[in-house]
Amino acid sequence: MIQFDRVSKRYPNGKDALSKVSFTLPAGQLTFLTGHSGAGKSTLLKLIMMIERPTQGQVLVEGQNLNGFGNRHIPLLRRKIGMVHQNHQLLFDRSVFDNVALPLIIAGYSRADIGKRVRAALDKVGLLDKEKLNPIMLSGGEQQRVGIARAVVNKPPLLLADEPTGNLDPALSEEIMDLFQDFARVGVAVLIATHDLSLIARYNHRLLTLREGRLIHDGDDRDGNGTGDTHGR
Amino acid sequence: MAANKRNATPIKPRRPKAEKPRRVAGAQSASTSLKDRLASWREHHRDSLRDALHRINLSRASSAMTILVIAIALSLPAGLAVLLDNARAITRGWDGNAHLSVFLAMDVQESRQRDLARQWEALDHIQRTKVITREQALAEFQALSGFGDVLEALPDNPLPPLIVVFPDSTDPVTLRDLENRLAAEPGVDLVQLDVEWVRRLHALIELGERLISALTLALAAAVVLVVVNTIRLGIESRRDEIVVVKIVGGTDGFVRRPFLYTGFCFGFGGGLVAVVLVQTALWWLGGPIDELLALYESEQSLTSMAASSLIILPMFSGILGLLGAWLAVGRHLGDIEPNF
Repeated sequence: MIQFDRVSKRYPNGKDALSKVSFTLPAGQLTFLTGHSGAGKSTLLKLIMMIERPTQGQVLVEGQNLNGFGNRHIPLLRRKIGMVHQNHQLLFDRSVFDNVALPLIIAGYSRADIGKRVRAALDKVGLLDKEKLNPIMLSGGEQQRVGIARAVVNKPPLLLADEPTGNLDPALSEEIMDLFQDFARVGVAVLIATHDLSLIARYNHRLLTLREGRLIHDGDDRDGNGTGDTHGR
Repeated sequence: MAANKRNATPIKPRRPKAEKPRRVAGAQSASTSLKDRLASWREHHRDSLRDALHRINLSRASSAMTILVIAIALSLPAGLAVLLDNARAITRGWDGNAHLSVFLAMDVQESRQRDLARQWEALDHIQRTKVITREQALAEFQALSGFGDVLEALPDNPLPPLIVVFPDSTDPVTLRDLENRLAAEPGVDLVQLDVEWVRRLHALIELGERLISALTLALAAAVVLVVVNTIRLGIESRRDEIVVVKIVGGTDGFVRRPFLYTGFCFGFGGGLVAVVLVQTALWWLGGPIDELLALYESEQSLTSMAASSLIILPMFSGILGLLGAWLAVGRHLGDIEPNF
């Protein structure tokens, strides 16, 4: 689904955000991505979203090399990627329904189809009865679930999450994680960037650990997890 | 920000669509049929227009201000152009008085004078000629000038034979050509163009036209800048929305479209108000101007804007608005990129 091949990213200010990072994310797998702030998690996500381009190496999504993509291909790439943000990135000038419908409107679905798919996505995250509300009236956990519904509403093969449980208590975090695991089970490649080591510890999923732009751990063993100075916080 | 606009217009089921198999590879892979996407594209245009009008209506006071600024900027050249059109129509009626006085040499006989007059009538740009013999001239001069006694004291009639030439045009260049051609004719002593004032009037009208063109250009630029600024603020206030749209795969065209519609609506609205302003001003000026025209013995009356201008002005203004929006979007939309 996603393949990084010796990817390096140096920002114009000379900072090396990523150095020769290689890994593969298969479909149907949930993977954690962790590391300190500034270790390169955000840069890695930005490269997948084509917000940034690699300085060296190749990023492949569905077997296609993003280096060959022009700017006009970016929207079509992003339609294949569901993105969940820590701060939800919801629009408070419209209803929950309209927030979730946005990717479908952009992709050009018919109205009838939009209604069906939005309700299916809201049903999945358990917010079907809140579709007419403004997201500002929802709790933090509910807002995050609206964000997830929006990310998955057009059934993307890839789901990225940036600190999805950052502002949530453990019980709510667990609900969110259950959702992500469900998506992985139906074949979506899920990549969750997080600081939350207790969250990582609770699940036995593959873990990618970044330190100063290098991939220092890749596997589903817990050795690289949290206990050492790598990302102890 | 906007109230829940789509809540107000609930989504209507139209036609069920079979789930299309998703093509796995390719950035161009589409999960929607062409027909669906066309329908959706049309829908998006309609929604963009509705959204633009909705937002203009939401910020009613500032929108009204923008539209008024545009209207005033446009009504100035438009109103002046209408007045100039009227001036041109009125002076067209005065052109009949324009003529050239061709004084012949003293020794040209009367028969020769009449021959010349007949010949000239066949020339281009000459409508008719009128012969005034030396005797007629003397009689007229004596009757009109009050110098009759003095003239009688002279041994000879001092007045030359005269042919009055009425041109069929008042175009300054044509008249000057005619003047030169007649002056070169044998037997002609002096050609006097009695239409200097017509020339001056035409020069004034031409000056007016140029001034209006310059004014139009300057104020059209002002309209574009007003819209650029308004749209820039609109883009700024919708930054969050633009970021989200870009993250979920909205094309630049999708992001641009509502702003282009907003720009067009501002322009078009300003143009409509400008039409109203001009027509009101003309109605208000109508009385005094008709009186003035009556004093100049003109049959003309002040005419309003041409029916075509009633459409052309708002459309022109709408295009200016579109241009302004395009510039604003081109400059500022690229600055807004998702980040996290």
